Amino acid sequence: MTRPDIVVPPAGSDDEPGQTAPTSSSARVVMGSGDVSRALRRVAHEILERNKGAHGLVVLGIPTRGVALARRLVQVMAEVEGVTVPVGALDITMHRDDLRRQPVRAIEHTDIPAPGIDDRTVVLVDDVLFSGRTVRAALDSLADLGRPRAVRLAVLVDRGHRDLPIRADHVGKNLPTSSSERVQVLLSEHDGVDEVRISGGNR
Amino acid sequence: MSTATTLLVKGADLAGAGAGDLLVRDGVVVEVGSVSAPRDAEVIDADGLVALPGLVDLHTHLREPGREDAETIATGAAAAAVGGYTAILAMANTTPVTDTAEAAERIAELGARTGLVDVQPIGAVTKGLAGEELAELGLMARSRARVRVFSDDGHCVHDARVMRRALEYVRAFDGVISQHAQEPRLADGAACCHEGELSGRLGLPGWPGVAEEVIVARDVMLARHTGSRVHIAHVSTAGSVEVLRWARSQGVAVTAEVTPHHLLLTTDLLSGYDPTFKVNPPLRPAEDVEALRAALADGTIDAVATDHAPHARHDKEHAFVDAAFGMLGLETALPVVSEVMVASGLLDWAGVAQVMSVRPARIAGLAGHGRPLAVGEPANLTLVDPQAQVTVDRDASMSLSRNNPWHGRTLRGAVHATVLRGRPTVLKGALA
Amino acid sequence: MRHLLSMEDLETDEILTLLTTAESMHDVQRREVKKLPTLRGRTIVNLFFEDSTRTRSSFEIAGKWLSADVINISGKGSSTSKGESLRDTVLTVAAMGVDGLVIRHHASGAARQVSQWVDASIVNAGDGMHEHPTQALLDAYTMRRALGDLAGRHVAIVGDLTHSRVLRSNLICLARLGARVTVVAPPTLMPSGIGTWAAAEGFETSYDLDAVLPSADAVMMLRVQRERMSGGFFPTPREYTVGYGLTRDRLRLLQDHTVICHPGPMNRGLEIAADAADAARSLILDQVSAGVAVRMSVLYHLLAGGSAEPAARAGAQRTGATTVHEGVS
Repeated sequence: MTRPDIVVPPAGSDDEPGQTAPTSSSARVVMGSGDVSRALRRVAHEILERNKGAHGLVVLGIPTRGVALARRLVQVMAEVEGVTVPVGALDITMHRDDLRRQPVRAIEHTDIPAPGIDDRTVVLVDDVLFSGRTVRAALDSLADLGRPRAVRLAVLVDRGHRDLPIRADHVGKNLPTSSSERVQVLLSEHDGVDEVRISGGNR
Repeated sequence: MSTATTLLVKGADLAGAGAGDLLVRDGVVVEVGSVSAPRDAEVIDADGLVALPGLVDLHTHLREPGREDAETIATGAAAAAVGGYTAILAMANTTPVTDTAEAAERIAELGARTGLVDVQPIGAVTKGLAGEELAELGLMARSRARVRVFSDDGHCVHDARVMRRALEYVRAFDGVISQHAQEPRLADGAACCHEGELSGRLGLPGWPGVAEEVIVARDVMLARHTGSRVHIAHVSTAGSVEVLRWARSQGVAVTAEVTPHHLLLTTDLLSGYDPTFKVNPPLRPAEDVEALRAALADGTIDAVATDHAPHARHDKEHAFVDAAFGMLGLETALPVVSEVMVASGLLDWAGVAQVMSVRPARIAGLAGHGRPLAVGEPANLTLVDPQAQVTVDRDASMSLSRNNPWHGRTLRGAVHATVLRGRPTVLKGALA
Repeated sequence: MRHLLSMEDLETDEILTLLTTAESMHDVQRREVKKLPTLRGRTIVNLFFEDSTRTRSSFEIAGKWLSADVINISGKGSSTSKGESLRDTVLTVAAMGVDGLVIRHHASGAARQVSQWVDASIVNAGDGMHEHPTQALLDAYTMRRALGDLAGRHVAIVGDLTHSRVLRSNLICLARLGARVTVVAPPTLMPSGIGTWAAAEGFETSYDLDAVLPSADAVMMLRVQRERMSGGFFPTPREYTVGYGLTRDRLRLLQDHTVICHPGPMNRGLEIAADAADAARSLILDQVSAGVAVRMSVLYHLLAGGSAEPAARAGAQRTGATTVHEGVS
């Protein structure tokens, strides 16, 4: 009898399941470590500006790299406003619309910080915004957890090619790409370096 | 079907005694040695084949009357002929049970009509196989069916007093009781897997070897005490073999049989819960299989008997503990014995003749079977190709049923032809 | 994973993944909206040939909280002399278009046999005396939440071992998680061949409960059926309790951190005293709550994914966009 497998997909940018960092020489770096930290700083300021302060904010990162980005944003906000905004993680695996197309994925951790999300302004954080399906799943997942007053979306990279009417409120960098290209976000918490790379494409 | 009354079997190895021809006229062997073919003779070229006296099965289940969806006397007889048998003894656990002279005569008659094999009915020991009152053993013996072997097979005659009475009673007409040894208080109807580590792991109700051995021990003592013959059906454990050896050394009139499947298949086949391997008594571990082979080789076990047990598909398509017990065996018995006993040198072909023909015929009291290949003897013959490799295909069977544990196995040795009183019933492995 | 028929089917890392997923599922139980859309459109049939309200409801809730369509069918006890064959029964159910079949049957091996006849994913919810894999998983889950990592922990399993499918599944599961196991029962309730089995798998056996309890980190009491008395397995319930019951007195032998488990239903007063069942260290109700989470985890891992092979993942098309991955066209 064949042994069944529970497949745990390796960590990678969430909109592109199953990828690991490529070693292709065709990858080019479009954001270096300095670019990333400047972009995050600006996004954190924008969130506070839009919200007119830190009051009522809850920042939830979408695993895997969205969580690290969420923590970094909250840290910048603490420097600016002197207030620690509640931060956590929102796993969206159970709400994905493409579960049947792949072997079963392991579930990541959902951690909603203490005050919850009811009547709060939730800021969802992800590394790359692509088709928008991940964010759609996140919105469905939030709906099961409570009723936020508002939901905003902050991403490090928006690479276009939306399948759904979803847009980010705060974008670290707009990166026009062709759909055949691959975008990779590396963060020091996971990959030892802060970088955004593009590879592949039909050139 | 051949209509010639003269048959010449040319160039066979005569039961391992060297090559020779056999000339048969009107059902009787008339010449042995070097014979030139008479003009009207049907000739079977037996070069490379071994000639044995026609095989005799002491233990077959023909499901007629009652379960003709699983087997009829006709289909069972066809399977027997293809398996090299010229005589089979049909167990009594039909519906209704064969416990009267009329029932026995009916089965004998249906068997005779097939013209393929001699069907000798076995009579029940007790009425309805209930184990309480003796059936009309004498009337069955006096009937046209001439019943001599009695058995409640499927059930054990577990009451010691009933067994004693039965052993004594059949002495009057030289009958014999064939005992299905299973002490019901140690192995009940649910027991289905040799009791041991595997039954523990699989969670299957255990059937300990000792449940067979205590009955074998009891019955050889009863046989000694009553001065009667007793026969033990489908011996399956090394412990039973030990008891039989001791009993023979004491001069007790005990005979015993072993099935082909108990000579080769082991209990670990049950790990997949496949009901094809569910049989009573159950398949045992290798140590028991080794002991049975040695016992057959040294004569402690007298005969091979198939315990051919056909079952309709739906009776096996249940969870293991709910499925019916039993395996097919008539068509594969000779290849299995050839593969297990001859190829390994435990028996030669003369030995096979003894365990599959001569002794079973004697135990059953069938005068016309198991005879030497000699002038004046009835021409009941089996021609075996000892080199033929056969891969068993369960769908290519004369039986109506398909519960075949040998499917897909390759065995060395096959029946080439079967001759019943001078008339070939099977030629080139198929019905003539 | 295609089926869950036996704990033998799961390696250690797979067990841990199932337990980790169960934690996330457990969180769902505490929410106001106890619903996840994950198995929407999947149909699960609970085909129970043996009564069990507890296990069946647990599977039913698990499926429903994952948005699957769940149907309960009570299979008739089929025997060779009457009614449909088991094969006919399951083929009929499967023909209605079923993704998952949760089966409980009185016959050991039934789940495996069924898996050979139908295409659906099969979950063994208890087959005769053979196995009950989700029970072992929820037992492990519950013990880990109380004790942490089970590696090196000593677990005592006490009771009617011969007839227990919970025992067999737990032996395998605990071994894979690195726990040390001692099974305790009177000789008549130890399975045949237990000596060689224990030697092969590395667990201990004992007839002396008092000797084993002081070193146990967890004590799992198995149900003893009073009907076993008529089989002559032990003389009287009283004698059984004195020798093998978790009585109030025996609680004093336990270490402070030692926990008590029971798969239920309990015979209070026979194998387990009321004081033990209701003690603070008793995990019995936690086991029930864990059951739903663990079964949700199992159903998720069996039914959420597609049939794509792991190798094909690399070539998986992103919905609505084509992404070319290295080396795959």
